[in-house]
Amino acid sequence: MSATWARRRAAAGAAWSQFTAHRAGVFGLGVLVLIVMLALAAPLLTGADAVDVTKATGERLRPPSGQYWLGTDENGRSVAALTLWGARISLLVGLSAALLSLAIGTVVGVLTGHFGGWGSAVLMRLTDFFLVLPSLVLAIALSTVLGAGAGTIVLAIAVTSWPSAARLVRAQTLTLEARPYIERAKALGGGHGHIIARHVLPGVLPLVFVNATLAVGTAIVAESTLAFLGLGDPVAVSWGGMLRTASTSGAVTAGAWWYLVPPGLAIAVVVLAFTLCGRAAESVLNPRLRER
Amino acid sequence: MTDALAPAEAATEPAAPAGGGGLGRYLAAKVGAALLSLALIVVLGFLLFRALLPGDAVRTMTRGRPVSAEGLAELERQYGLDLPLWRQFLRYLGNLAQGDLEQSYTFRVPVIQKIGERLGPTLLLVGVGTLIAVALGLWLGQRTAWRRDSPFDRTATGVALVLWSAPTFWVGLLLLSATSGLFPSGGITYPDTPPGFWPQALDTAHHMVLPTLTLVAVVYAQYQLVMRTSLIEEMHADHLLTARAKGLTDDQVRRRHAVPNALLPTVTLVFLHLGLVVSGAITVETVFSWPGLGLLISEALRAPDYPLLQGTFLVLAAAVVVMNLIADLLYRVLDPRVRAA
Repeated sequence: MSATWARRRAAAGAAWSQFTAHRAGVFGLGVLVLIVMLALAAPLLTGADAVDVTKATGERLRPPSGQYWLGTDENGRSVAALTLWGARISLLVGLSAALLSLAIGTVVGVLTGHFGGWGSAVLMRLTDFFLVLPSLVLAIALSTVLGAGAGTIVLAIAVTSWPSAARLVRAQTLTLEARPYIERAKALGGGHGHIIARHVLPGVLPLVFVNATLAVGTAIVAESTLAFLGLGDPVAVSWGGMLRTASTSGAVTAGAWWYLVPPGLAIAVVVLAFTLCGRAAESVLNPRLRER
Repeated sequence: MTDALAPAEAATEPAAPAGGGGLGRYLAAKVGAALLSLALIVVLGFLLFRALLPGDAVRTMTRGRPVSAEGLAELERQYGLDLPLWRQFLRYLGNLAQGDLEQSYTFRVPVIQKIGERLGPTLLLVGVGTLIAVALGLWLGQRTAWRRDSPFDRTATGVALVLWSAPTFWVGLLLLSATSGLFPSGGITYPDTPPGFWPQALDTAHHMVLPTLTLVAVVYAQYQLVMRTSLIEEMHADHLLTARAKGLTDDQVRRRHAVPNALLPTVTLVFLHLGLVVSGAITVETVFSWPGLGLLISEALRAPDYPLLQGTFLVLAAAVVVMNLIADLLYRVLDPRVRAA
């Protein structure tokens, strides 16, 4: 056991040093760590009162000033505080949605790749079907049916985005299953559970991890889009929800750029950071891409 | 927007249709799969909006208006909501077979009529937007791949990644507030534009500038990045060395020998990622009040108008399935390697 762990630690160390060779990836990781820390520290930095409509202190739609660095919204709340607090919901929903979708995708991918047969054929047919469906349309349909809220958005994103992960994991599982060491494990009498848990999953998980990094970015964009269309929790502060109120309260037509820029920029920066990280990690895994 | 950028997509999974068999079998398999998908869409449309729907739809329909118990019962009968679920499903199938998507709660007209009215503007916006995005993406993609790691490549790839990361509606809102007054903020024409083809066309074009720009900004990046990756993979091919050796100029090698091969995965992608374009259209139309299907969806969301949502879901999902079928068949025609298989 200890030998296995030493080997894995060495492999992880090698992967890490390859990852750090990608400047863009390291930059993305740094940005992510910073933003996650800011989001976690939001209650310490501003306090919950700052985003409470009833306790708003400023005047409505004021441009940036010494007191309100990023101006105020239509209720007189500080846009800086809102953006900071919005990070919590956006990141949380994005992360949970990506994790849920990868969990579904991994289970479907490993099962269809390992077992084969008509059951797998049916599952793959279903996967292809969901892969083709326009995801936003399906997510909208799901959200209206289940009622607005963060949980619904997580579910809607997961249900619409698992198929690509499933295909990826299935392809990787099929490649692994063709390797001699799995044949050896089977010949020695290893059951399905043993082979999946000890041989297939360890080989598939790095790929899933890389995919997760890319998936969180897309999930955050999807979250903000659904919130913008009015399918989010109307009380919680999120980046997509802020852009919705900026648009519906007439702040955009009034030229309140300070209300419009911070939440959108925050989304773009977080998504870009996840994408850069993911691409760097992807090229660590797949040497063919290293030339990119 | 939920499908990952997957820049390696072309590399890892060359969308190879099932080999073996003649053209007839290939056609039958693809058309059969598409028909199965259409059937699944029909079932899903029913399950989502009838079986999963919480509370009763009739109450939503009459929200804010005093309606007697008899009135509610009458409405339920009218929409067939008092029947058992399987009878409702049969009724739904029967209606669908006649092209009837029921009545919209809010507009009080058949859903199919409303969709028909809104189809034109969406096709115009999505068509023009996709054409520009494809042309721009392919051009930038091959340029950046050919001069890899040049300042031009770094800038263009960086810009594409940033635009791809930004939410569509935010780009639209930014454009709207940055160009305030230069372009109309919504709609497709002004009400006081004189009738006649040219004034109307010019006015429409004026209204289209910002929505199209937004759609292009968000969609072109994926074409560029995939074209770039697929051309980079192609650049080490032996036939390029031969082409160079026989004395072709750099430009000729790129245009005649490298690009055509790299074009294939990208062209298929145009069709395969049409769902992304549909998502883009929904948000862009909402931001700019462009009177198409996307705006219809967000209007239906506000009510919420379930028959209308169901109808748009069925129509858009079916359209994407059909476009995918076309992409599969087109790929077969375009790529001699697949045809020979």
